[in-house]
Amino acid sequence: MQIPYTVQLRSDTGLFNAKLGVWLFLASEVMLFGALFSSYVLLRVGADHWPHGWEELNIPLATLNTVVLISSSVTMVMSWASLKMSNFKKYKLYMGLTILCALIFLVVKAFEYGHKFEIGHYPSYNTFLAIYFTLTGLHGLHVIGGIVLNTYLWGPGSYMWKTEPERFTNRVEVAGLYWHFVDLVWIFLFPVLYLL
Amino acid sequence: MDQLVATAPHDVGAHAHHEELGFWRKYIFSIDHKIIGLQYGISALLFLFFGFTLMMLMRWQLAHPNYPIPAMYFIVPIAVIGIVILLVSKFKPSLSMLVGLLFLGVAALVSYLTSGEDRMPGGIMLPEFYNQLGAMHGTIMVFLGVVPLAVGAFGNYVVPLQIGAPDMAFPKLNAASYWSYFVGGVVMLVSFFVPGGAANSGWTSYSPLANTATTGQTFWLIGMVFLITSSLLGSVNFITTIIQLRAKGMTFMRLPFFVWAQFVTSFLLLLAFPPLEAAGILQLMDRLAGTSFFLPSGLVVAGQPLQVSGGGHPILWQHLFWFLAHPEVYVLILPAMGILGEVIANNTRKPLWGYKSLVYAVIFLGFMSFIVWAHHMFLTGMGTVISAFFQTTTMIISIPSVIILTALIISLWGGSIRFTTPMLFALAFLPMFGIGGLTGLPLGLAPTDIHLHDTYYVIGHFHYVVAPGSLFALFAGIYYWYPKVTGRKMSDVMGKIHFWGSFVSINIVFLPMFIQGFAGVSRRLSDGAQQYAHAQSVLPWNEVMSIGAWVLGVFQIVFIFNFFWSLRRGETVNENPWQATTLEWSAAPTPPPHGNFIKVPEVYRGPYEYSVPGKSRDYTPQNEAD
Repeated sequence: MQIPYTVQLRSDTGLFNAKLGVWLFLASEVMLFGALFSSYVLLRVGADHWPHGWEELNIPLATLNTVVLISSSVTMVMSWASLKMSNFKKYKLYMGLTILCALIFLVVKAFEYGHKFEIGHYPSYNTFLAIYFTLTGLHGLHVIGGIVLNTYLWGPGSYMWKTEPERFTNRVEVAGLYWHFVDLVWIFLFPVLYLL
Repeated sequence: MDQLVATAPHDVGAHAHHEELGFWRKYIFSIDHKIIGLQYGISALLFLFFGFTLMMLMRWQLAHPNYPIPAMYFIVPIAVIGIVILLVSKFKPSLSMLVGLLFLGVAALVSYLTSGEDRMPGGIMLPEFYNQLGAMHGTIMVFLGVVPLAVGAFGNYVVPLQIGAPDMAFPKLNAASYWSYFVGGVVMLVSFFVPGGAANSGWTSYSPLANTATTGQTFWLIGMVFLITSSLLGSVNFITTIIQLRAKGMTFMRLPFFVWAQFVTSFLLLLAFPPLEAAGILQLMDRLAGTSFFLPSGLVVAGQPLQVSGGGHPILWQHLFWFLAHPEVYVLILPAMGILGEVIANNTRKPLWGYKSLVYAVIFLGFMSFIVWAHHMFLTGMGTVISAFFQTTTMIISIPSVIILTALIISLWGGSIRFTTPMLFALAFLPMFGIGGLTGLPLGLAPTDIHLHDTYYVIGHFHYVVAPGSLFALFAGIYYWYPKVTGRKMSDVMGKIHFWGSFVSINIVFLPMFIQGFAGVSRRLSDGAQQYAHAQSVLPWNEVMSIGAWVLGVFQIVFIFNFFWSLRRGETVNENPWQATTLEWSAAPTPPPHGNFIKVPEVYRGPYEYSVPGKSRDYTPQNEAD
């Protein structure tokens, strides 16, 4: 038994299954983060006192992380483009760089968290830190998920390139869509938490 | 249910390469949408049964507050059901044997719950334990019973067959969805055994009550995260399948109404559940990391000021919760309406009246369901302007509901109705859902809601929608599709006993709730309002309702017996015993093999071409060329 349209595009929708699936998944993710951002707005509007992000958080480190994540999005596209041009070696390089950038992001984030914990600023300290840790923590989990996924596609999963190159390219494209979404969430998190 | 293997056609081409699998690989670790549908169905029915048992215990307490419960009257019948099923299965590894063992498990669980000093000292139910039962009854019925049965079971089994697909678009995700649901269910059950027992803050889990509740609440939240993940995976799969895997010629306007209902339902699950996940994460943070998302400043609990940073908003929880939970109501009802469309068209031998209006109504309903949530919150003090907005949208959403119900009723007009068991349940749905819907109007209008809010009237209202509404439609679906799954019909005589018994007794359970609600009896009272001076005149109804509930329980035993008896003794059927037009009957073998169709079907016409003038038969299947 063969499921149709795992690789070919269905003519009336112009999509293969996984691409539609990941867009739907991302729609759901938008609702998840949308609800959390809405909560942030409501909590802040209703608070007597709300600290400015720059008073509490480290903007240079976050800026560095923003640059790192945007770079990883670029390398992610390059890795997919390399597969499209049938250059598997370049794919390995760019996908490796994507994973590396994601790891750098997490290390920097760990330093930020560590510093907060050192001075006793736990999530229970105030509602600003509570929502900061919740949002960035959930985003961090998404980054970890992306690392796991991309590492699989970089390592063991890449054997599919030899057997079903087209399907493998589709997988990288779909993983890329997810990864861009994770970046996009950070693009919203950075100004909302650090700059406003 | 090991019969399924025996009756499957072995000579068909699509089936030839498919070796016989052992029990574990065939039924437990399957990625076939039909088996996953069965897994969902059996798990959900068992959870429904367990949730129902919790309610029957509660009804004892309401009818006879502070008298010891005769627990054996509940435990022994359940254990006997389990033993009978085990005997029927002859102890061979099969789904029947598994179900028999699970019934014994339920009996053991109930005997655990009805003992213990912190639950029922001397057999008398403590109010704290009553609260656990209330919260878990709601949670289990909604999230582990009706939704998995309506979407997980019927959606999984029927949708790919009806659109002419070999399977779901992502079979492995489908299995992951079931197992995530399974883990969620186990976490919920385990919570009964942790110190302080299961969650006891109602199925709505309102803050700050839920923030300060016992450990069971944390389990509830973790369980919910698994259930939300499950429905996320499921809904992505359904939408992709319906958009991508329709057979050639199956245009959107040729989809059976059931598929449309599942399609819209999946969008609700996809987009409405994540905000509850967000809320769950925030409440978990409150409980585990000591944050104050839902805790206001200066909160005093049991005479002690709470040591938290404060500054949160309890109302925020309600907004996030109801943003899910109102669309969730439509998740409960839309698949049921879809089943109704199939059963009514088939048994009236007529096309559904107003197919297009039904489709547009269901889409509009799905859209509107996202902007009515705060009608659950008129009494929170959120302000008259917001209340006015939400009561307006609530009145608007009743329009598509009425369109659907009216179209289904008009479909009956002039039909030569076959009063089969599924049709009886479908016919009963119409007035029952009507009562449920109409009693919702006073709740949707803020001024009348002030009087009725949080009374038994509300309980009567939504149970009329969900129990003799959704659940009756789901029973119709079970009787209707059972022959496709097993190759045998369920006994009509037992089916009719089940129907009439349930129909009468379920009204005895729920109708008096309106009377009590009008009299001002609040919900969630563990003594059935004994302490209310103003409610004394309506208290005798408590016993009537409880007897109704137990009688209803007895009639469900007929259903369980019929279900297993018919596996062996039911009348054997051919591919299309109901002479239906849709693909699962007209194009797939009975039971359908792995991959569903021997030859990929092609669709030439709409879903309900019954009694077409000039045709020799009174039904023209969708895959029949002109």
